[in-house]
Amino acid sequence: MTPAGSLLAATDLRKAYGPTAALDGAEFSIHPGEVVAVMGPSGSGKSTLLHCLAGIVTPDSGSITYAGHELSAMSDGRRSALRRSEFGFVFQFGQLVPELTCVENVALPLRLAGVKRKEAESAALHWMERLQVEDVGAKRPGEVSGGQGQRVAVARALVTRPRVIFADEPTGALDSLNGELVMQLLTEAARSANAAVVLVTHETRVAAYSDREIVVRDGKSRDMERIV
Amino acid sequence: MSIGHTLLGLLEAGPRHGYDLKRAFDEKFGHDRPLAYGQVYSTMSRLLKNGLVEVDGIESGGGPDRKRYAITGAGVTDVEAWLAQPEKPEPYLHSTLYTKVVLALLTGRSAAGLLDTQRAEHLRLMRILTQRKRKGDLADQLVCDHALFHLEADLRWLELTAARLDQLSREVRR
Amino acid sequence: MNTLRTWARDLALGVRFAFGGGREGWTRTTLTGTGVGLGVALLLLTTALPGALAARNERGDARSTLTAPTADGPRTDSLLVANGDTTYRGLDIGGSLVLAEGPQAPVPPGLERIPGVGELAVSPALDALMRSADGKLLRERLDGRITQVIADAGLVGPGELVFYLGSDKLAKTDPADHRVQRVTGFANTMQAPKLDPVQMLLIVLTFVALLTPVAVFIAAAVRFGGERRDRRLAALRLVGADGPMVRRIAAGEALAGSLLGLVLGAGFFVVGRRLVGTLTVEQRSVFPADLDPTLWLAALVAVAVPAAAVAVTLFALRGVVIEPLGVVRTAKPRKRRVWWRLLLPLGGLALLVPLMGRGNGSGYFNEWQVTGGVVLLLVGVTALLPLLLERFVGRLSGGPVSWQLAVRHLQVGSGAAARLVNGIAVAVAGAIALQMLFSGVEGTYTKDTGEDPARASVSILMHSGTESRANALAQEISGTRGISKTVPLTTFDAAHQIPAADRRIPVTAGTCEALHEVAVLDSCADGDAFVLTGSPSRDTGAYGTTAKPGDRLYAGNVLGYDDGTPDAEKAVTWTLPAAARTVASREDPAGQLRTGLLVTPAAAPKGVQAAQSAQIFVQLDDSVPDALDQVRTAAFKADPFATAMTLKSTRQAGPYSTIRVGLFFGAVGVLVLIGASLLVSQLEQLRERRKLLSSLVAFGTKRSTLSLSVLWQTALPVGLGLGLAAVVGIGLGAVLVRMAGRPVQVDWASVAGMTGAGAGVVVLVTLLSLPPLLRLMRPDGLRTE
Repeated sequence: MTPAGSLLAATDLRKAYGPTAALDGAEFSIHPGEVVAVMGPSGSGKSTLLHCLAGIVTPDSGSITYAGHELSAMSDGRRSALRRSEFGFVFQFGQLVPELTCVENVALPLRLAGVKRKEAESAALHWMERLQVEDVGAKRPGEVSGGQGQRVAVARALVTRPRVIFADEPTGALDSLNGELVMQLLTEAARSANAAVVLVTHETRVAAYSDREIVVRDGKSRDMERIV
Repeated sequence: MSIGHTLLGLLEAGPRHGYDLKRAFDEKFGHDRPLAYGQVYSTMSRLLKNGLVEVDGIESGGGPDRKRYAITGAGVTDVEAWLAQPEKPEPYLHSTLYTKVVLALLTGRSAAGLLDTQRAEHLRLMRILTQRKRKGDLADQLVCDHALFHLEADLRWLELTAARLDQLSREVRR
Repeated sequence: MNTLRTWARDLALGVRFAFGGGREGWTRTTLTGTGVGLGVALLLLTTALPGALAARNERGDARSTLTAPTADGPRTDSLLVANGDTTYRGLDIGGSLVLAEGPQAPVPPGLERIPGVGELAVSPALDALMRSADGKLLRERLDGRITQVIADAGLVGPGELVFYLGSDKLAKTDPADHRVQRVTGFANTMQAPKLDPVQMLLIVLTFVALLTPVAVFIAAAVRFGGERRDRRLAALRLVGADGPMVRRIAAGEALAGSLLGLVLGAGFFVVGRRLVGTLTVEQRSVFPADLDPTLWLAALVAVAVPAAAVAVTLFALRGVVIEPLGVVRTAKPRKRRVWWRLLLPLGGLALLVPLMGRGNGSGYFNEWQVTGGVVLLLVGVTALLPLLLERFVGRLSGGPVSWQLAVRHLQVGSGAAARLVNGIAVAVAGAIALQMLFSGVEGTYTKDTGEDPARASVSILMHSGTESRANALAQEISGTRGISKTVPLTTFDAAHQIPAADRRIPVTAGTCEALHEVAVLDSCADGDAFVLTGSPSRDTGAYGTTAKPGDRLYAGNVLGYDDGTPDAEKAVTWTLPAAARTVASREDPAGQLRTGLLVTPAAAPKGVQAAQSAQIFVQLDDSVPDALDQVRTAAFKADPFATAMTLKSTRQAGPYSTIRVGLFFGAVGVLVLIGASLLVSQLEQLRERRKLLSSLVAFGTKRSTLSLSVLWQTALPVGLGLGLAAVVGIGLGAVLVRMAGRPVQVDWASVAGMTGAGAGVVVLVTLLSLPPLLRLMRPDGLRTE
């Protein structure tokens, strides 16, 4: 069932929260370096799909393979390690540690992986330059604008050179100009690093930055590519 | 918007008189712009000529309007093709799309599939525009953005319609 | 008038919010209420103490015979009373032997009538003890018929062990006989001696050390859930409330919590009071009815606590601007100023230092000065700690991620952490100082007594007037099971002339066998006499001389004192036998090196009566269980006035060590209380960060990293607080010990114990906050829909 050459693929995912089914037989696949937008109305299960794909949530049934490994067969520790080294995350808001400076926030995943502080922070600065936020490095998240904060979060997602970046409504709290900037920098940086991006959004203009679109409706997915 | 395809679609539900066709069209699609009878007459003549409809019978009492039309096999195929073909994304598309959705519902075809096809087509164009915008200068960006915002509006409409298909189908069938 | 009305309106609104805020509001208010309530209960207990002590004293005085009216001869309204105190298994039992000499003899308080001969009136606690299996031996000692149970009016506390025994052995033939009193009533109008300054110090310090953290705790409890409240207030601003108004509403919420606290506190107090009645600590107990809060003090608590709650809230909000869209701390938080924070402890020291050394002399401390000094020092801790924490944490960097997260968190806002730790710090500092003072004072009591239990385990002191019975008594009890040897020794004074002001010669009389215990004797036969050497020379003082063999001496009442009775004993003349040999003295079983003369019964002067003392050393057979109490029983039955004392090589200052243990547990109790509030604020903070925690977990943060950072977050401020507390505590303790005139010696064990308890609280709080932390770290936190 898994499409050939895909980096991350899921088949027949089911996940229920209580009586409500968030996922009801969803499918997904993404190739290395590909940007796939997951769209759908609120409550359709697109965030749950992302959480399952990233190994944060275990589906009730179905299979998820990353680079040929079955995610559900891994221990929580292995999946955490995978998230630390292979995946990057960008959320809508509330992801930066308010007490740490921006550069410390970006360096955090590296430090969690055991990189020395100096090294981690210089790598962080590099990515902050790419995201054009190197000048707010010493500030705390509360002192920068929403767009800058989000770009800091993108830098943090990229700093470990992940192979997949999961972005859950990354522009949800931004105006269109800042949203466009974040998307542009995110997709460019991801493409240049050959990282795949799973982009959950309800905004079509944001989804237009993708290579392909998957619509989730009532827990079922539809790959728009196969329709045209 | 193709009046010919619309009338053909209406006929697919069963043979009708020319006057019935006009009434059904006005009721479902005419809204503030009723169809002139002359337009029905000329359209039906063209469809008749192309073999997409045939005259099912003529009511006694005379007059050209008493003809009863029925759709031919070629006509059904033509409707089918028209519905399946996504429209080129352009401004003021909604009336055509709306007609297509209603006809799909009326003729028991998949309206959701129709909407999804259209959505994919819109997104394809948006992707191209986004691509162009990224590579172009400011003027290009502004032009592309204008188009993108319109397309986005269409897409929103598509999403909204898709979410309301059940409701719409009940209304249409009433 | 108008202002008053707006105040009332806003406060009432706040009260409504406190109780009407749904489950969450209720939880918060209940937490605050419980915290304040515990504090209030403690305060009420404190206000009840003076009354309780007065009531105890009153009843104690009412049954005392100390200044009771006496009669010269038997009358219809006279009662003979003698002290019959005894000890049973380490428990002190107060006893009186009574004999009514007429029908109108005064009945002791709490009794219906005077016990007849052989009848016993016992306190309920003693009754229970004697009926229990543990009291079998005691029942043998007090073998009279129990005919009455002493009512509360005749007892100081519910757990008191007291008896009245009707006895026909009492007779007051000799007016000089002080063991028996002939009274016509009961009273003690004697002013209690002014407290020993050191004791006063201990009492003041105990109150201050335990009440200051309570005050700090109440202040912290009022601020439970502050951040959520701030958000609610912001919402109120959005719908049009102005700044002063939301402040008043916040004050109203605090007021509601503290009012609930008052109600709960009164409840806790009533329940606690009942529990207190069942407790007996160090043989001391309190009647619940005695714990009656002094009205005006209780009223003061009822007014001061809510007022303090409102004041604390307004004070806490001073640096906060509540905007319609959220709470803003004033842009640049005012730099904490050093000078006034340092002024507090320095002022405290300035008050205390001049008092140093005063406990040695007869000087008394000014209690206000002591209290003021101690309070300033302890409050100084609460003022210094936030500053110290801020400066200390501000300098930290580096370290692993968990450390970095915690340090940065504290750098941004250390105020909340410091506030809670303040309570711990004050409690620990006070407790350490107290422990030091106790151990310093105790050090003068815990010492080598010189007593040698291998040679005798018990010494029985004969009551004055019964000395001549010493040999008979020794004979009598030597048959008791568990006694291997008895050594009766009598001592009296001799002098070359009378009246002898000093220049007296102590004489020890006893059998040869008994004299072996006090001197090195080669040979001895009845009729021998000895002159002791080998004791430290005492050229001055009362016992400044000795005698040569053949000297003519006076013996007995050589001071020639006259007790006003016609037949007062006269000194008898006596000649020290010329054959008296000089021998070296040796320590008696009580560790005493005797001087003077030793005589065997045949060589002893005849007719020495009252002016002598007698002692029986008893060697116990340790293989016999309860040998000690067997001896006591035997002695009591042979002579109820004899006092049996156990000999130990070192003496433990019993009461202080018990108080110290109690203090330790009291301090731990306060720590646990503060730990609870620490936990509450910790959990609240975790809930606030739910989303952040989930996203940290999403990108692979190990749970252990987050758990550790939570630990650091508590451990850092608490560690610093404990450090400061140890320094201040030791400093304060040193000053106090110096005040008491004792050598300063740091009691490291108690420092370690207290700081260890503080650290234990940290670990406990962290452990308890782990389950919710782990729950919050579940990815569900990421779900927004």
